[in-house]
Amino acid sequence: MTDLAIHILLVLLMPPLLLGVIGKSKAAFAGRTGAPYLQPYYDLARLFRKGMVFSETTTWLFRAGPIISLATLLTSSLLIPLGNHAAPISFDGDMILFAYLFALGRFATILAALDTGSSFEGMGSAREATYSCLAEPTLFFALIVLARLSGSLSLSTMLTRSLSAVWATSGASMLLLVAALFIILLAENCRIPFDDPTTHLELTMIHEVMALDHSGPLLGCIQYGAALKLFVLGAFFLNIALPLRVGDNLSDWGLFVISQLLLAMAIGTVESVMARLRLTRVPQLLIAGSILSAFAMLLILR
Amino acid sequence: MNLSAKVRTIKNGGTAHLGDIPLLPIDDFCQTILDAIDHGWRVASYFGVPQGDEVTLFVVLGYKVEGIIALLRSVVKEQFPSLALLCPQLQLFEREIWEECGITPEGHPWLKPLRFIPDARTGIRPLPGVMEQYRVTGDEIHEVAVGPVHAGIIEPGHFRFQCHGEEVFHLEISLGYQHRGIEARVVGGPYPATLFQMEAAAGDTTIGHTQAHCMIMESLTGRRVPHRGEALRGIALELERLANHTGDLGAIAGDVGYLPTASFCGRIRGEFLNMTALLCGSRFGRGMLRPGGTGFDLGDRQREELLQRLETARRDLTIAVNLLWSAPSVMARLEKTGTVSLKDAREIGLVGPALRACGEARDVRKEYPFGIYRTRQLPVAIATTGDVHARALIRWREAEHSLDFIRELLGELPRGATRSGPHASSPPAPEMLCVAFTEGWRGPICHVALTDTHGLFRKYKITDPSFHNWSGLALAMRNQQISDFPLCNKSFNLSYCGFDL
Repeated sequence: MTDLAIHILLVLLMPPLLLGVIGKSKAAFAGRTGAPYLQPYYDLARLFRKGMVFSETTTWLFRAGPIISLATLLTSSLLIPLGNHAAPISFDGDMILFAYLFALGRFATILAALDTGSSFEGMGSAREATYSCLAEPTLFFALIVLARLSGSLSLSTMLTRSLSAVWATSGASMLLLVAALFIILLAENCRIPFDDPTTHLELTMIHEVMALDHSGPLLGCIQYGAALKLFVLGAFFLNIALPLRVGDNLSDWGLFVISQLLLAMAIGTVESVMARLRLTRVPQLLIAGSILSAFAMLLILR
Repeated sequence: MNLSAKVRTIKNGGTAHLGDIPLLPIDDFCQTILDAIDHGWRVASYFGVPQGDEVTLFVVLGYKVEGIIALLRSVVKEQFPSLALLCPQLQLFEREIWEECGITPEGHPWLKPLRFIPDARTGIRPLPGVMEQYRVTGDEIHEVAVGPVHAGIIEPGHFRFQCHGEEVFHLEISLGYQHRGIEARVVGGPYPATLFQMEAAAGDTTIGHTQAHCMIMESLTGRRVPHRGEALRGIALELERLANHTGDLGAIAGDVGYLPTASFCGRIRGEFLNMTALLCGSRFGRGMLRPGGTGFDLGDRQREELLQRLETARRDLTIAVNLLWSAPSVMARLEKTGTVSLKDAREIGLVGPALRACGEARDVRKEYPFGIYRTRQLPVAIATTGDVHARALIRWREAEHSLDFIRELLGELPRGATRSGPHASSPPAPEMLCVAFTEGWRGPICHVALTDTHGLFRKYKITDPSFHNWSGLALAMRNQQISDFPLCNKSFNLSYCGFDL
């Protein structure tokens, strides 16, 4: 019961902090003070107090987009184990649901963007659809590897039990997975080198451009959703990359929170030391991720 | 070539009596322009002055080696032959003459308003941006319109892309939203406000434009600038270049998402602006240049402080820019993006750093030396690839040269007055045409003044480097990814108000 409460509290409260930490680490690299850690919370509070403006050309699809997208993310957050703690909902095959909840959310976002009829949002949708197609195989190869190594089709089982033992036996495969999943983590969350979440240049955006016409609480939903996605995929990545376990329940929660913050710092570091890729190079890196995870699969099929 | 027999030649900052400028029949006039361009001359300015139902066309040609400026005129009625097809660098000038004087360039391939000024005959002002735009048609072609209101805090301009997927086939740029009528306001002057209007012709090139205007005023009134004044003007002009080049390098880094250089350069640009403020109290150099010299002198303590700040800024800038060159991910973005070939650059009459990035070493400071550059030379920075990387590299090299130049100049600043008194000047000469070229940070700035029988301005023509270079940006985008447009745009960083005037 305590675990469930902590799980839900973390899912609801922690995601914006990750954005704050990324912002601070980027500021540190750039020699600036940066916005406060809690700035994303202030931004969300501001957005939820605001009114909304809707273009006359949009329909209900436009309003439904952010809500469906947030709902799918909240659901997937209940399927993912956080650290050493099983997820509140778990059943055999939940990994497929997990993967396609993301797809459903993306579908809703793309529809909402196309609904505006803006040429910018059309371009953004085309890019998002293309790149997510290329990112999907990686996630599935990773899930197949994990399923085979753990002998389970449920995320909670495959991610919480004995992953440290798996590292000892199939280290090479896991290493490839970590590399591939880090690529996916950055791509799915629209971070540099794939997308620049801080840019104001609509012609270069991928994900941000699809939110251009949203305002007020719905924009808040989108921004909170983006943070939540980072949190959920970050948890997935951390379970594989850092399967550290103390054994003590509360210490494990602490360990999870600390490793999430470290991951946010790592993302901030990557964003500070490299530039964005040319858009035509994005598919190449995504395919490289797929190939890495495919090799991870080959290695365990020996 | 036998051009000198047909034209009146002057030096930069020189004047010619109107009667001395050869008046050719229009066909001969056009042929002479074409011949000159074939022989490496370039058109610095081309404008019409209406008088009754006739229009006198003036052309100002610059030759690269001997620092010669050639003048030529012709009188036409209602129409004149368009040379735009033979010589694309003239097409904007011809549209400008059409718009301002109401005479038609016969055979112009793409005759449209530039600045949407009130019609010469009806007085009705067309709505900016409302005109026929170039369109590519086809099943998979789509059109993307950007602006005139942009996401950033920048000036208004409308960009229309004809795209096939992510690839840009054609970009058309429509400006004119900021037209203030500076040239028309000056007619009948110089007025007390004229100098301030010149300072604001392009807000980020205050020193460059004011230098050109001061040269015009000094030339017309026979006023000389003391050595110290020339030196301080040179320092101000190079500080302006430094501030803007630094800002551009930061902005280019910001556009590819490379934060460290973006943040550092943003701050260091401020340092250079503050150095300009140390000279004259204004970060953008307002009030620094005045006809006859400078509005402010530099004290010994200020000089020491300036030297010290310059060294700190140089150290910081070197670090920030080296971060940029040493990041492979940044280089991968800059190289082979937005390339303009040297042939295209020459054809459309590209100028300034954008031209030097294509491999042509042309710089007003060297070719038509003015002010302090008559006695002190700066090396001309050059790159060869013509892409975004080359344009960034040119900025860094020029910044280095400017830093050296200011340091040397501060070390041996001439003594004496900074400004010659008004008693040294005579009233403006009547019936004169005066030309001044300066090298602003964006490239050559050309001011031409024509005085009437009382020595007042009958026509004042400003040509900002942006006027030539916007076509370069459009060419650079051909067959590029539309997502690279902001980066290409930053690498040119052209002025909207300098074009719109």
